[in-house]
Amino acid sequence: MDLFNWAFVAAVLLATAPVLYAALGGALCAQAGVFNIALEGQMLWGAFAAVAGSYYTGSAWLGVLIAVLSTALFAVVLAVGSARWKADPIVIAIGTNLFALGVTGFLIRVLFDVNGSFAPQGLAGLGTLTFLADVPILGEVFGRNSALVPLALLTAVAVAWWLGRTPAGLRLRGVGEHPEAVAALGLSVERYRIAAIIAAGALCGLAGAQLSLGNVSLFTENMTAGRGWIAVAAVMIAVNRPLRVAVACLGFGAAEAFGFRLQGIGAPQQLADAAPYVITLIVLVMARGRTAMFPARVAAEKTPADKDPAEKASAEKVDTQR
Amino acid sequence: MPELKETDAIAEEALPSKSVLGRSVFRQLIRHPSLVPLGAVLLAVLIGSVIMLCAGISPFVAYPAMVRGALAVENLDYTISVFTLICGMALAFALPLRMGEYNLGGNGQLVFGGITAAAIGLYAPLPAWLVIPIALLAGAVAGGLLAAVAGPLSSKLGIPIIITTLLLSTPAVALTSYLVRFQIGEAGSGQAQTARLPEAARLPGIGDLGYTNIGLILIIVLLVAFWLFDSRSALGYELRVLGSNARFGAYGGIGVSRLATGSLAVAGAVAGLVGAMIVAAPPYRFIDGALISPGYTFAGVAAALLAAGRPALLPLTAAVFTILQVGGSGMEREADVPRQLSDVLQAVVVTVLALRTVVEARRARMRRDV
Repeated sequence: MDLFNWAFVAAVLLATAPVLYAALGGALCAQAGVFNIALEGQMLWGAFAAVAGSYYTGSAWLGVLIAVLSTALFAVVLAVGSARWKADPIVIAIGTNLFALGVTGFLIRVLFDVNGSFAPQGLAGLGTLTFLADVPILGEVFGRNSALVPLALLTAVAVAWWLGRTPAGLRLRGVGEHPEAVAALGLSVERYRIAAIIAAGALCGLAGAQLSLGNVSLFTENMTAGRGWIAVAAVMIAVNRPLRVAVACLGFGAAEAFGFRLQGIGAPQQLADAAPYVITLIVLVMARGRTAMFPARVAAEKTPADKDPAEKASAEKVDTQR
Repeated sequence: MPELKETDAIAEEALPSKSVLGRSVFRQLIRHPSLVPLGAVLLAVLIGSVIMLCAGISPFVAYPAMVRGALAVENLDYTISVFTLICGMALAFALPLRMGEYNLGGNGQLVFGGITAAAIGLYAPLPAWLVIPIALLAGAVAGGLLAAVAGPLSSKLGIPIIITTLLLSTPAVALTSYLVRFQIGEAGSGQAQTARLPEAARLPGIGDLGYTNIGLILIIVLLVAFWLFDSRSALGYELRVLGSNARFGAYGGIGVSRLATGSLAVAGAVAGLVGAMIVAAPPYRFIDGALISPGYTFAGVAAALLAAGRPALLPLTAAVFTILQVGGSGMEREADVPRQLSDVLQAVVVTVLALRTVVEARRARMRRDV
């Protein structure tokens, strides 16, 4: 069987898109000095809100809009709680992740009277980009997926541009790197962090919508199945850089798509389930082996992000020799 | 961490204060650390009522059904057995929590322990009296090894423990699922499960109770050991120092990496032991998914967070979440309320607990304004 072809590239992109949206949100937060592990629950809520929105309005794109807005609202708890009230973001995130899992399972039973999985007849899913079908390679790669898939890649470029080339992006990075300096400029660290976390929530809403209305047209309990955590790992692998985040997520997408293919030729499903996690862990370990850095501790260590890892390692060696 | 808060409160009281003595005693009383969990639970019950009313369910029907489901005499046996498991998982989360680390990989450690104990119980050629000790021990070792991996990854490479434990969990669950489906599953059974464990591998019940077994005693011993370790031993003190200020602790010469690996190994071992206990209790099998789906792991997480990892509070908070968990099924049977509401309530407790800082934030702002 032909394992690698353009259809495989399309499958990789399909698996990548949800994780990429969430990871870009995570990267924004990490740049602002917030360790956001609430992505998983927000993505799950987004997936539910998209399906519910599409079901009630009859329009998939309204579903996406509802997912984005409601997930941004969902993120307000983390945003205000951690940035303004100085609560522990990790405990809030554990709480909201659990909440998303419980409340989506509760709501599909209360609202739709089904248990575990909600797949109504005729649920409007996101259409595919059929107009691309006749374009040679683009048609193969993007023609079978929804518009949110190429948009994910564009979003990565846009976030990279925004962070690197705009004053607001520079300030956001400043909030992460040196909050006191930003405060001294008369800017509110609190507001930048709140904005970053809410923006991450909106991106998680897109992630969930693509997952439940793009990849499939249904909602099942816990359908994110750890993708939000993969996104957190991708942010670390990429040391918070949006374009590198995209590369890391493509790696995850490849692992997932490859797992599906293997399953197609008779490998056990468990291998496909485990592959993305194992590969993410291995890559994380390898990436960390080169640059031992950690976003939440960056502020404490004040290590410039751009410093060459090899140079840093040699500097440390000199230090120990002395 | 509540420890810090106590000192905050003390520092504040030490300042010349306008409040009269009675008021200050009252304030200290209502800020007592053991009241924080109570407040969080009460608030969660209120928020739960609002959610129920929105869904057209009467809380006056649902909550009594929940309490009956958990505490009715005929259900107590089962409730206590679940309490044992949740206590164990709470312990598995609480130990690393004392040093400020989060072990979210409880599910993986649980199934590793479960499948190892099942394999020993089914296949190990041991004298009958040795089967249970070896099976429990092997389960603990399996869970402990899986968790301990996260220690060096954190101290050598700086990968947060919360991420590694969680990322290790899914492949671990997938591996046991594969094993029980294709390798050590019961032949000819449509279910993904092992054969029933032989008599020698079953935990003996306490008295003539069906579900509650000597695992309860084991967990009580572990809780007491944790309490002694936490409050009476040097290592336990070092762990708490790291929990309140990791950089200070490291500067003071505490072996952070050793403690992280050690506490994770023990935490994973307790989770593994819980897995082994589930397998060695009715229906005496490892069933794919059955160890995870009741949600012992996250009930344990919630209980440990609510107790802030304090050993003495763990049984109390674990009891609260046991009532939520077991009562959830009762509520579903009696009042037709979806059982997922228990998860929602658990989550609300944790979130409310985290957000209690709003009170301090407001107080700080008021002080600044004055």
